[in-house]
Amino acid sequence: MFDYAFYWSMVWAKFPMLLDGAFLTIQITVLSVVLGLLAAIPLALWRRNGKGALALFASAWIESARNTPALFQIYMAYFGLGAVGLHLSSYTALLIAIVFNNAGYLAEVLRGGLEGVAPQQAPAARSLGMNAFQSFTYVIFPQLFRIIFFPFVNQVNWALLNTSLGMMIGLRELTGATQMAQAESFRTFEFFLVAAGMYYVIAKIISLGALTAAWRIFRD
Amino acid sequence: MQFSLTPYAGLQWSDLWFILEGGLSTILLSVVSGAAGTILGCALGWLRERSPVFSWLMAFPVDVIRSVPLIIQFILVNSLFSALGVPLDPLEVGLLTLSLYMGMQTSELVRAGIRAVPVQLQKAGRSLGMTGWQVERCITVPLVLRTMLPAWIGTLIGLTKDTALVSVVGYIELLRAAQIVITRSNEALLILLGVGLFYFVICYPISKYGRWLEQRI
Amino acid sequence: MIEIRNLHKSYGAQPVIRGIDLTITKGEVLCLIGASGSGKSTLLQCINGLEPIDSGQILVDGIEVHARGTNINQLRQKLGLVFQQYNAFPHLTALENVALAPRIVKGMSRAQARELAREHLAYVGLGDKVDAKPARLSGGQQQRLAIARALAMAPDYMLFGEVLDTIRKLKARGLTLIMVTHDIGFARESADRVAFFDQGHICEIGAARQVICEPREERTRQFLQRVLS
Repeated sequence: MFDYAFYWSMVWAKFPMLLDGAFLTIQITVLSVVLGLLAAIPLALWRRNGKGALALFASAWIESARNTPALFQIYMAYFGLGAVGLHLSSYTALLIAIVFNNAGYLAEVLRGGLEGVAPQQAPAARSLGMNAFQSFTYVIFPQLFRIIFFPFVNQVNWALLNTSLGMMIGLRELTGATQMAQAESFRTFEFFLVAAGMYYVIAKIISLGALTAAWRIFRD
Repeated sequence: MQFSLTPYAGLQWSDLWFILEGGLSTILLSVVSGAAGTILGCALGWLRERSPVFSWLMAFPVDVIRSVPLIIQFILVNSLFSALGVPLDPLEVGLLTLSLYMGMQTSELVRAGIRAVPVQLQKAGRSLGMTGWQVERCITVPLVLRTMLPAWIGTLIGLTKDTALVSVVGYIELLRAAQIVITRSNEALLILLGVGLFYFVICYPISKYGRWLEQRI
Repeated sequence: MIEIRNLHKSYGAQPVIRGIDLTITKGEVLCLIGASGSGKSTLLQCINGLEPIDSGQILVDGIEVHARGTNINQLRQKLGLVFQQYNAFPHLTALENVALAPRIVKGMSRAQARELAREHLAYVGLGDKVDAKPARLSGGQQQRLAIARALAMAPDYMLFGEVLDTIRKLKARGLTLIMVTHDIGFARESADRVAFFDQGHICEIGAARQVICEPREERTRQFLQRVLS
């Protein structure tokens, strides 16, 4: 049964390919989180305070992002849009889909934050003579930030995991690159074990960064 | 039998049936690995909270399984068993990996739930003459179940969506079936929208229910 | 001096203030009593502009509060507001709570603001709690924190809504105090004037002792009878 020999040297030979994939993975993760957050802000506000059409639009986006698989959203971006004539590259389709997905989840995180700050904090600050900008910067935002911090970091991790789906539409991020790299030698297990390790390292870097930031900002 | 859904030619009833079978596969995968994973996770989580040694041992595996993309986990399980000479078929790979994954997620929920039970309640039980076991059974367990139910529902929904990834080892679940039909018939948008609706119709009501439960608690 | 002329305000369709005329002179202590919903707390929030008005005028030292061109933030520095629900900023310590507005609104240096904060916290009896977060303070202590925070802006007028610990020594500082209170005893002993609010307008106003011990209006008498029994 155990007549399988593990050939790690083959992985090492193709390591640069994996590394390139890793960089692409990190790039897409960061970009999708930033863009997703930017989109999530208006979505969260519209869902809470918007009138009619805007609130409906926001709810539709948020609920479809959260109740359908990420892979489905990626296929929609890649195949679905292709069917109506908009042919996107794998990179663009993946990015758009993950941004769409992130925005939906982050909008809910923001909502939790907004609901977590007592509504009387703003008038309390204003009654001391602060203007709207000051009251937001010094009173509302610090409280908001503390509430959303860890859910936000979770979402960054989530985005990282979702980038691996790029393989399914041919993108050479880390998983896709690994797939290509192992195609010649068929050392599937070894290659993907290394890839798994790389994902683990990236995830650890993210949580380490988050903990450091948390320690510095939330000095209680 | 050939029945065209005009004005789009190329789509047949047999295709619809094929996709529906994929849907059933999705449901099968979700239900079985959901159940297996939950049982595994409850045992795991409870053991971790009651045995520091076990907790320390499990810390790394749990962490790894939660940090590595599911696609890679499927591929690893598949290739590992092939390499060992015991190849599994795609369904088995899917069930095994997803059950493990669900188990890890559930164990974290269970741990959080156990920690959320105030120590005073357990002390109150003991001072009434209850044994440790009775406290666990009558006080801790019901409270933990109540606390973790909404989150568990959320995890289950996540699992349902994750079944779409088993296609990477060749299992034909809903999304893969849809993709196959799309390649044949070129009706990407229609099929995809139908499939999306399927997932939505399953996940949205359940997640709303979960949120309603959360409010009640 | 605060002048209120023919003030009307509704919350949606519900009228809350139905025609109030009131003049408050500098240095006086005015207590507002009346049933809940009679408009007392709303009036205070209209005075510092946190609530909009439907018609009428409110003038603080000659400046119209609700006029378009008014610099409301500057005006609010003169009006200290302490409301039960306008609680402390939870993410800041007591000291930081009090020092924040003097620093960013008045432009004081950090050191100056902290010194000022220390003084005021000592004044309200929280001298030993300067580094505590509001979550660690009792309800009464949080309210005293809010008072210190408002005082640190050196207002000319202090508006109080249903405070738990009323601080009687504020009278000695020469501040004008306008307070909503259910504590009739306090109103009788410490106020200069008392205004009785009934359904959105002032039913009776006069010297504290007179309104409470020998009310002229029947409604005032009924209210006091109900409350004091």
